[in-house]
Amino acid sequence: MSNDIFVITEHMDGKFSDVSFEMVGKAKELANAWGGQSVSIVVGSGISSDGFASDSTIQVDDETLNRFNPEAYGKVIEALVKEKSPRLVMFGWSATGMDLAAWLSARLGKPCVAYVKGINIEGGALIVNSQIYGGKMMADVSPEGDMAIVAVLAGSFPVEAGQGSTAATQIASPVLLDGLKIKFVEAIKPAAGDVDITAQTKLVSIGRGIGSKDNVELAEELAKKIGATVSSSRPVVDAGWLPRTRQVGKSGLKVKPKLYLMLGISGAPEHLEGMKGAELIIAINTDKKAPIFNVAHYGSTADLFEVAEAMLELL
Amino acid sequence: MNIVVAIKHIPSIADDLPVKGNNVDFDSVDFVLNEFDEQSIEQAVLVKEATGGTVTVVGVDMIGELDGVLHLALAKGADKAVKITGDDPAADSHQQAKWLAEAIKGMSPNIVFAGVQASNDLDGQIGPMIAAHLDMPYIGGVSSVEVAGDTATVNKEFAGGFGAKYAVSLPMVVGVQASTKPPRYAPISKVRQVAQTATIEKVAPSGESSARLTMKKMAPPVVTGHAEMFTGSSKEVAAKIVDLLKSKGLA
Ligand SMILES: Cc1cc2nc3c(=O)[nH]c(=O)nc-3n(C[C@H](O)[C@H](O)[C@H](O)COP(=O)(O)OP(=O)(O)OC[C@H]3O[C@@H](n4cnc5c(N)ncnc54)[C@H](O)[C@@H]3O)c2cc1C
Ligand SMILES: Cc1cc2nc3c(=O)[nH]c(=O)nc-3n(C[C@H](O)[C@H](O)[C@H](O)COP(=O)(O)OP(=O)(O)OC[C@H]3O[C@@H](n4cnc5c(N)ncnc54)[C@H](O)[C@@H]3O)c2cc1C
Repeated sequence: MSNDIFVITEHMDGKFSDVSFEMVGKAKELANAWGGQSVSIVVGSGISSDGFASDSTIQVDDETLNRFNPEAYGKVIEALVKEKSPRLVMFGWSATGMDLAAWLSARLGKPCVAYVKGINIEGGALIVNSQIYGGKMMADVSPEGDMAIVAVLAGSFPVEAGQGSTAATQIASPVLLDGLKIKFVEAIKPAAGDVDITAQTKLVSIGRGIGSKDNVELAEELAKKIGATVSSSRPVVDAGWLPRTRQVGKSGLKVKPKLYLMLGISGAPEHLEGMKGAELIIAINTDKKAPIFNVAHYGSTADLFEVAEAMLELL
Repeated sequence: MNIVVAIKHIPSIADDLPVKGNNVDFDSVDFVLNEFDEQSIEQAVLVKEATGGTVTVVGVDMIGELDGVLHLALAKGADKAVKITGDDPAADSHQQAKWLAEAIKGMSPNIVFAGVQASNDLDGQIGPMIAAHLDMPYIGGVSSVEVAGDTATVNKEFAGGFGAKYAVSLPMVVGVQASTKPPRYAPISKVRQVAQTATIEKVAPSGESSARLTMKKMAPPVVTGHAEMFTGSSKEVAAKIVDLLKSKGLA
């Protein structure tokens, strides 16, 4: 066992995601406290990975790893972790990290903490802060044993602390990558044609509280009155009430409008990821404990339908 | 095709979440089906309708109230329901995944569905852990599944409409984000009818997880900022919002 910290970085089209740098910055701090090394792990093919501030960067390079493949990436990461026995392995709680963190944890029989917002060392032991129950609860947990895996929510640590110029060491895949059961077929691109919500200055955003497809019209009317566009949370799109192009959040689009007027959205972390930078956030939600009220500038616990109807009369 | 859906019964986040000791007070919250499990039940039934086979729903009975959820799944097109009599509301995801994997192993599944995550996945999600225990490939964040022969073609979402299509040799575990079509509605009369006639198979929990977390503290988030709240009748609230928008040149 070592006191090293592995950061499993994520990249897309040669560009590393912010959470990769956030984790590297945090890993440096923890490694200092523990007297170990921070190690950035890059899995891919032909990417330039010399931009991290970690003590070292290991780049596993193989043509098969050209595209994200949870099976291939999982095998590579498992082999590296088994070989070097780091004290801590950090993933992003992202579309890719979510496929790998819990899987690795079960493979190795080591504890895992998801939805991570904070990591501290107290008396040599890890205390991990996790945001669960859709943002309604924070848990401080301590993983037992000599190795832990964490999956970090984007936006938890500063990006700058992870930026640097450590030269990466390229290595060949530590495992054979033939006979994979998962094969990448093709990339999927967003459907074109609809309005681009990331380019709008005003959004009226609706959530599950809108209740049914028929009620979407009310939001459309209100939006029209103030020159806004209707966007939404994920469940509205999953229910087929609006097209995918209108979805704000982690798996949707990131927006930064002047006005974000929210009707019946609870403020789950995955939604916040997409809109917390909006200039003016107004939330209407009947649940006074809805997490959105910790983020919105103005709010009301009135009924969204009554408020929307009354606004229409006044505008 | 043996199609299995692993479901998770979790505290409802629509409720207040009171804390007792170091955890949620499980006696004073309602348990509900994880929202992504509704999607995965639908996806499983869609696959069955396309390829033939049997859908078995399996869950851990955390508080002795899983039957209602299982009846609903049967009313929506599942063929068989199995409950693991765990009866420990504090069992973590690792423990539940172990129990589920043990139960699923005996079902010789061709494809296993699980929700992509649950709001109480403090120690990670069930789907990838079941896959690790069963030594099957896992892909999560999936929003469409088609099965032909012993290959599944799945679409995985990244963000903003970007994603990737993968072909996977079965058996596999799929973490469902959204089903290809929105979940169907089961009329209450049908659920009632199912509840009267269906049998739910009981399985004792087997296997123990060694990966543990010690809970130090659980509490609602320390609020650093809070929205300025508009009070009064809905009409008054609307007037205040309209005034605010006008004052900022936004209406
Ligand atoms: C260890 C590891 C290695 C990886 N290596 C590769 C790799 O070599 N090649 C690879 O393609 N992926 C790779 N990935 C996957 C890639 O990092 C993630 O899929 C990507 O970061 C999306 O993550 P996310 O869903 O968290 O989105 P976020 O990080 O939140 O953001 C994704 C952003 O990128 C945009 N975006 C998404 N896909 C594309 C695209 N195809 N083109 C342009 N913009 C896009 C979205 O609009 C969104 O704004 C790797 C992941 C891991 C964990
Ligand atoms: C990998 C992953 C990616 C995800 N990506 C996204 C994403 O990109 N975007 C996204 O939004 N979600 C995303 N989610 C889903 C996210 O976890 C939440 O489930 C979702 O944001 C909840 O949407 P909601 O707030 O509309 O619904 P709910 O959480 O159900 O909230 C509805 C709210 O409406 C209120 N309400 C009900 N009726 C009324 C009324 N009459 N008047 C006023 N208020 C009312 C309720 O009090 C409640 O707070 C993702 C999840 C996962 C696992």
